[in-house]
Amino acid sequence: MSEQQYEKYYVPEQSVWPIVGAVALFLIAVGAGNFVVESTKGKEGYGGWILTAGLVVLLVMLIGWFRDQIEESMAGKYSAQLGRSYRQGMSWFIFSEIMFFAAFFGALFYTRMIAVPWLAGESNNAMTNEVLWPGFEAMWPLTQTPGGTTTQAMGWMGLPLVNTAILLISSVTAHFAHVALEEGKRARLKLFLGITIVLGLIFLFLQVEEYVHAYRDLGLMLTSGVYGNTFFMLTGFHGLHVTLGTLMLIIMFFRVLKGHFDKENQFAFQATSWYWHFVDVVWVILFVFVYII
Amino acid sequence: MSSVADDLHHDEHHDHKPAGIMRWLLTTNHKDIGTLYLWFAFIMFLVGGAMAMVIRAELFQPGLQIVEPNFFNQMTTVHGLIMVFGAVMPAFTGLANWMVPLMIGAPDMALPRMNNWSFWILPGAFLILLSSLFLEGGGPNFGWTFYAPLSTTFSNDSTALFVFSVHIMGISSIMGAINVIVTIFNMRAPGMTWMKMPMFVWTWLITAFLLIAVMPVLAGAVTMVLTDKYFGTSFFDAAGGGDPVMFQHIFWFFGHPEVYIMILPAFGIISHIVPTFSRKRLFGYSSMVYATASIALLSFIVWAHHMFTTGMPLFAEMFFMFATMLISVPTGVKVFNWVATMWRGSISYEMPMMFALAFIVLFTIGGFSGLMLAITPVDFQYHDTYFVVAHFHYVLVTGAVFSIMAAVYYWLPKWCGKMYDVTLAKWHFWCSMISVNLLFFPMHFVGLAGMPRRIPDYALQFADFNKWISIGGFAFGLSQLIFLALVIKASRKIGEPATAQVWDGAEGLEWEVPSPAPYHTFETPPEVK
Ligand code: HEM
Ligand SMILES: [Cu+2]
Repeated sequence: MSEQQYEKYYVPEQSVWPIVGAVALFLIAVGAGNFVVESTKGKEGYGGWILTAGLVVLLVMLIGWFRDQIEESMAGKYSAQLGRSYRQGMSWFIFSEIMFFAAFFGALFYTRMIAVPWLAGESNNAMTNEVLWPGFEAMWPLTQTPGGTTTQAMGWMGLPLVNTAILLISSVTAHFAHVALEEGKRARLKLFLGITIVLGLIFLFLQVEEYVHAYRDLGLMLTSGVYGNTFFMLTGFHGLHVTLGTLMLIIMFFRVLKGHFDKENQFAFQATSWYWHFVDVVWVILFVFVYII
Repeated sequence: MSSVADDLHHDEHHDHKPAGIMRWLLTTNHKDIGTLYLWFAFIMFLVGGAMAMVIRAELFQPGLQIVEPNFFNQMTTVHGLIMVFGAVMPAFTGLANWMVPLMIGAPDMALPRMNNWSFWILPGAFLILLSSLFLEGGGPNFGWTFYAPLSTTFSNDSTALFVFSVHIMGISSIMGAINVIVTIFNMRAPGMTWMKMPMFVWTWLITAFLLIAVMPVLAGAVTMVLTDKYFGTSFFDAAGGGDPVMFQHIFWFFGHPEVYIMILPAFGIISHIVPTFSRKRLFGYSSMVYATASIALLSFIVWAHHMFTTGMPLFAEMFFMFATMLISVPTGVKVFNWVATMWRGSISYEMPMMFALAFIVLFTIGGFSGLMLAITPVDFQYHDTYFVVAHFHYVLVTGAVFSIMAAVYYWLPKWCGKMYDVTLAKWHFWCSMISVNLLFFPMHFVGLAGMPRRIPDYALQFADFNKWISIGGFAFGLSQLIFLALVIKASRKIGEPATAQVWDGAEGLEWEVPSPAPYHTFETPPEVK
């Protein structure tokens, strides 16, 4: 490659946003650390306020940072190489998210396959059962814990099945939106992007319904032993990711309305759609292992 | 577009950087950020070291003298957390920031703004961790491994702050690792093919992969601790169908790759220094690459060697024993290659080489004690004794930390443009070398004889050994002040000017830029032969 051909890599000048973001994370950690203790132990304190302040600063930072990036991108400062950096960065970020979910899936498999059977006396644990948890029987969903907490299991028909269909369809519509973008068909792009957002919102709404149903009708709570723990932690973190993904989609929608993105210049859009597909895949795994099996 | 062209033009002709504190707060420059990481790591090293002094002062004599047992536990916990997450890991990230772009001929890190963010969230995280020591009831006291139920049922209310500060450390590491990995994949100068990449770059590439794979698992572990403690879940509580043993599995699934995160970049550093001062090419470059990759892969299937005494089915005990022993094969390949590099070289003994030699010998001692620990039946005797403490300090202090010091001596002239003060360096080396062995070697003996770790008191028969261990500890701590003085001197630009080449046997792109390295380097990629 000769020097003339080389496109300069854009290295931004100093930027205030990272340090603003650092302040935000600091406030969030201090705030959350105090808030958790205060709210669960009924103490007085400022944790909630500090946490809120941190979230506000984080929001300001995100807006500012993304605005800078969008301006730079629209000003044509970005090379193809920089685009690759962003795409690779996003892929590795998604990989780290997968590993975060892996920890909770790991907990699900371990408790199901190992902890619960052992507590019921399997392998060489007869005395564990006999002496510590007499009468406890292994089952999954664990509707009665060794300590005696009872609950009901969440079936997979009904809401969860509907939600699975919704997310799967939304993955397809997200893909159609992307194809439309590549082909320059803006009207189609807006349509499918809009449908994806609506589907995401419906999913979230139904998820809330399901939680209400779990708490009110089934007595299935976060505190209902490992079945409830894994159920709510997995679906909860997944729900948070759907929320984030939907927000990203909404931002993309407004950028599309403003005429952003084309065949070459579409990193943010692509990243959002990758994220959305990732969220869908997690759901499918979750649906199989948390609900069905 | 014309304004863009102006900007670019402008950049090339000035080392444009704002003055004062704002330069450091807002910087997107990989060298500035590398410097920040390195200074931060050094400060944390001294803070964590001060806690070690408290521990050794208490253990100077049997009986309880200086601190409360609860405070003693907080010291061991926070010492461990700070050294792992605050000293060793940021120091390596700092080195990666400085050296990876220089070594692969890149203008900067791939994602410069995120680079700034990943650094500046660290001080906040450690501020939280350290200030939690002053809370009512004290800071975290459950060991750096925060085993449940110590960290759930029996911990104090600083645990929530601990959890969130670990989250931030994790976010920082993940962002740092993403940056390194993307830089290496995407920013290599034309002609820098995979198998021409310097070893430090290779080892960091694999380290970054490990980081992205396991830091999220740590995040999961602390999250479960948080919900178990505050929100009524029972992941680690048998009454709810959970299992405290599961905590250890999750933690060590992160924890064992983590120890390789702290040693692979060290392997890279040593693989640069040994050839330079032997004036030979690295022996077995490609086997080094493959050894690094296999260590990294194996590191995912050995975690439960930390849990032999916790209780597992016999088959699992055997599996983890053999898998662990397998890891010493690629590690042995590395040690062999370093020695073979030196074989018939014309060796000179400048300070980086002295530390590298110390590394090879002392790290190998740590590797051997690791092998001993990997033998399941005998680990029942060694586990949770000072023998384990000896093992991981040999691999971490005389391994990771010595490699970092070797790296600083090796590249400081490139960073500051001045040679370090050789007299101070010699003092630093010999004081450290002698005291570190006085500090850690006798721990093997008291450990084998049964002295437990993480206890502020001990049986009378261990008194003499512990006295010497503590003396070694204080001496090692003080020796690091010599290092501090030396680094301050060089960064104040006092000393003999260094040439661009610095070391006559050194090879690599980093030696082609002037010393000190200009603020912006390789804005157009260099030619790689
Ligand atoms: C030949 C390679 C190695 C082998 C076979 C090995 C083996 C072991 C074993 C079996 C244990 C558990 C001992 C026990 O608790 O009873 C252990 C602990 C430990 N190892 Fe290694 N190890 C090796 C290399 C390393 C390296 C390179 C590092 C870090 C740079 C390291 C850091 C640690 C740490 C920090 C602990 C203690 C963790 C704790 O309980 O707090 N090891 N090692
Ligand atoms: Cu290990």
